[in-house]
Amino acid sequence: MARFAPVLILIAAVIVLQLVLHFLGISFLLTQMTMSCYYGLPILGLCLLMGYAGQISIGHAAFFAIGGYINAVLTTTNLNVHDGIGHLLAMLHLTISGTDMYGTATVYLSPAIALLCAMVSAGLIAFAIGIPILRLKGHYLAMATLGFGIIVAKLIVGTKIFGGADGISGVPSFPIGPFAVSGESAHRIENYYIAWAVLIGALVLIINLINSRAGRALSAIHGDEQAAESIGIDTARYKLSVFVLSAVLAAVGGALLTHYNGSIGPSEASIAKSVRYVAIVAVGGMANVWGALITGLVLNFLSLRGFFGSYDEAFFGIIMILMIMFSPDGLFRRPDIGALRRWLKRP
Amino acid sequence: MKLLSVEHLTKAFGGLTAVNDVSFHVDAGMIKGIIGPNGAGKTTLFNLIAGAIRPDAGTVHFSGEPIHGLSQHRIASRRIARTFQNIKLFPHMTVLENVIAGRHTRTKATFIAGMLSLPHTMHEGAAAEAASREILDLLGIAPLAATEAGSLPFGRQRVVEFARALALDPTLLLLDEPAAGLNNHETDEIAALIRRIRAQGITVLIIEHDMSLIMEISDSILVLSSGQRIAEGPPAEIQRNRDVIDVYLGAADA
Amino acid sequence: MPPEQILQYLLSGITNGSIYAIAAIGFNIVYNTTGIINFAQGEFLMLGAMIAITFSKIMPLWLAIPLSIIITAGVGALVDIVFIRRMKKPTVLNMIIVTIGISILLKEAALHIWDEKVRSLRFFSGDETSSVNIGGAFISPQVFWVLGVCALIVSLLTLFFRYTALGRSMRATASDPDAARLCGISTKNMITLSFMLAAAIGAAAGAVVSPLTQTQYDCGTSFAVKGFTVAIIGGLGNSIGAVIGGILIGVLEAFSISFLPLAFKDVISIGILLILLFVKPSGLFGNKAASSLRKF
Repeated sequence: MARFAPVLILIAAVIVLQLVLHFLGISFLLTQMTMSCYYGLPILGLCLLMGYAGQISIGHAAFFAIGGYINAVLTTTNLNVHDGIGHLLAMLHLTISGTDMYGTATVYLSPAIALLCAMVSAGLIAFAIGIPILRLKGHYLAMATLGFGIIVAKLIVGTKIFGGADGISGVPSFPIGPFAVSGESAHRIENYYIAWAVLIGALVLIINLINSRAGRALSAIHGDEQAAESIGIDTARYKLSVFVLSAVLAAVGGALLTHYNGSIGPSEASIAKSVRYVAIVAVGGMANVWGALITGLVLNFLSLRGFFGSYDEAFFGIIMILMIMFSPDGLFRRPDIGALRRWLKRP
Repeated sequence: MKLLSVEHLTKAFGGLTAVNDVSFHVDAGMIKGIIGPNGAGKTTLFNLIAGAIRPDAGTVHFSGEPIHGLSQHRIASRRIARTFQNIKLFPHMTVLENVIAGRHTRTKATFIAGMLSLPHTMHEGAAAEAASREILDLLGIAPLAATEAGSLPFGRQRVVEFARALALDPTLLLLDEPAAGLNNHETDEIAALIRRIRAQGITVLIIEHDMSLIMEISDSILVLSSGQRIAEGPPAEIQRNRDVIDVYLGAADA
Repeated sequence: MPPEQILQYLLSGITNGSIYAIAAIGFNIVYNTTGIINFAQGEFLMLGAMIAITFSKIMPLWLAIPLSIIITAGVGALVDIVFIRRMKKPTVLNMIIVTIGISILLKEAALHIWDEKVRSLRFFSGDETSSVNIGGAFISPQVFWVLGVCALIVSLLTLFFRYTALGRSMRATASDPDAARLCGISTKNMITLSFMLAAAIGAAAGAVVSPLTQTQYDCGTSFAVKGFTVAIIGGLGNSIGAVIGGILIGVLEAFSISFLPLAFKDVISIGILLILLFVKPSGLFGNKAASSLRKF
């Protein structure tokens, strides 16, 4: 299908990039690329939410953190293997056993099951707060999402099981068949491809969504909410669905990144991170999935490589301001670029 | 057969009673006009029927079923379509996309089915597009299919809104001042369009200020003033009705 | 709980609450003339304190603080002139994003101009160990300064808006910008003025509370969120409501320490904000129809 042509080009680019880096001997850059992929998931979700459903969310990092922390806690909490729930789960093969450095038997929930829990939790939380929050508009909506983000951040820092300010470390790798999501440099290349596979998978689902009846309904809602209602679109339900989807995507990103990094800290839930996601979507163009994706990959990669030094936060703040002031539809939707694209497409 | 039955509908905003105990009905296949001076409560009446606002009192029945208090999208799925006084198209979508959007209630692919691009969603989408193109042909705007709706001139935008409303396959069509801002030629086109729509079996309820248009196409007219029903009947009667004339021209000095 | 402790919590709550109220009033001033919520309002409080702290090292307090207020007001004016006025597409969403961006810029600028260390302004009278005994409760004399400054700000603002031509022009702009323009009022300048005013009162509040709460480059966000909560409680645009709301939140927070872990103190005000937004966004004293009529 024509709509997936860009995806094939992306896949080709991904492979070429890896090979090029390999031959240049700078494969260590793959690490930051992999991390950027996982950050791409909340960005894609936010792009849908902001661009297609027209709902701002300046607390979205909360969902990323929820996903990450749930996986971290569930895969690092030793369940009692001899009786109770630990035993039951072990019998169902939902756990992974091993021994810790003191020689005692350990049983942790398998990361795959933990991921499922993370996704379901994020989805349920998004559903629960989405219902009241999405009735709000404008500033009220923005403040409510900000408030939600802050509450989650504070709860994470203040609750012992989440490790307080130090977060949770020692998160095991995530086995997927013969591969594993893990930060070990020996598995660097395979993790690069795993991350891209996940991101491209999400991208395919989203492209499908945009081109479907639901996607058109979302576009209509974005265009004129009352008109959308008047043609039979249940705007509340669609907005909620997008909100839940974007939350689940963020949670998946958070969970996988946590396994990749082997740890997670409260900064992943910070408002600074949430704002960063918003800035990226604003620059990439709010209803422009590809724009948001590319912008996110580039900027996150640079940020992770420390390119901006201590001006990291300031940079994202500035581009957010500049973009909204001068190019409110994003970098890729500017009339001059539109004219360029049309010129390139001419028969 | 009474398609739409409005009984004692009332709505007040703060101290102002916009619609005051209004009752009327619309027979199937009829073109019913609603006229009245500005502020008479006509658009509020539409909003009440279409579910945009809740009535304080009174009932609205459609094909015998109560629809008062239902939300807008529920009412739309019952095949009641409407247009807006200040055209509400989806400006960034093309004309064709606007009309396909109107097929929403005639299709049912779910959110998840859409994400997975299940085969039945593709068939449904193709059928929706075909039906939409037919409507564009019917209204003579097929050449505009790929144009961005927001860039069209006003008169064309009105027609696109019509097309989108027709895409619902409505039984009842509520038109809110379709001729507003149109010149004589465009108004005649709208009149012809409305007659063609009625010929397809769609019942039309139309608010208008353009007297010649309303008198020409309506089978029956409801006159509102200050939220109240002043008169109801065939155009010829309404034109001779003393109260109606008073309301529009002011009572003769005693 | 012994009565002295109740009194202690009460006074602590009212003290913090009045600062939240000033932050809320800052929101209201800009909101009233522009329909914008300026997310950077909290940074004005932070800057007022930071600048005053720096100046107080080379000049007496009574000079340092007014200078800080003036400079912060200048920053407020710059925010409007450089950013807000130049917006190409001033929709609500875009305004939110811009003011958040500005808040980040101000925060990061503060980080680079000063550093991440916690500082505080000198106590106006006495020092950090002085305390006054009120009915068994021991409070710092700074508390009186805070309450005094806040009361002064509220009274001056009331007088300004009611009795001065400039104040009336601002109210006109807030009420109906088009009509105001027709009367010859430069709405552009009124908007800049409202930013300056909001920044000035924010700076004053930030400076006076700094000895008690300490100041850090990122303390603005907390002020902003609490200030916004209070503004919503009192009804956006309603400053008397803001004062009452501020005291309510401040006292609630103060007493929450007795049954909630300290880390969760902020969760209370945010929780209230969320509940309020869901149930009655027009606040305790706002009018629903009036608030929905606000042109964005």
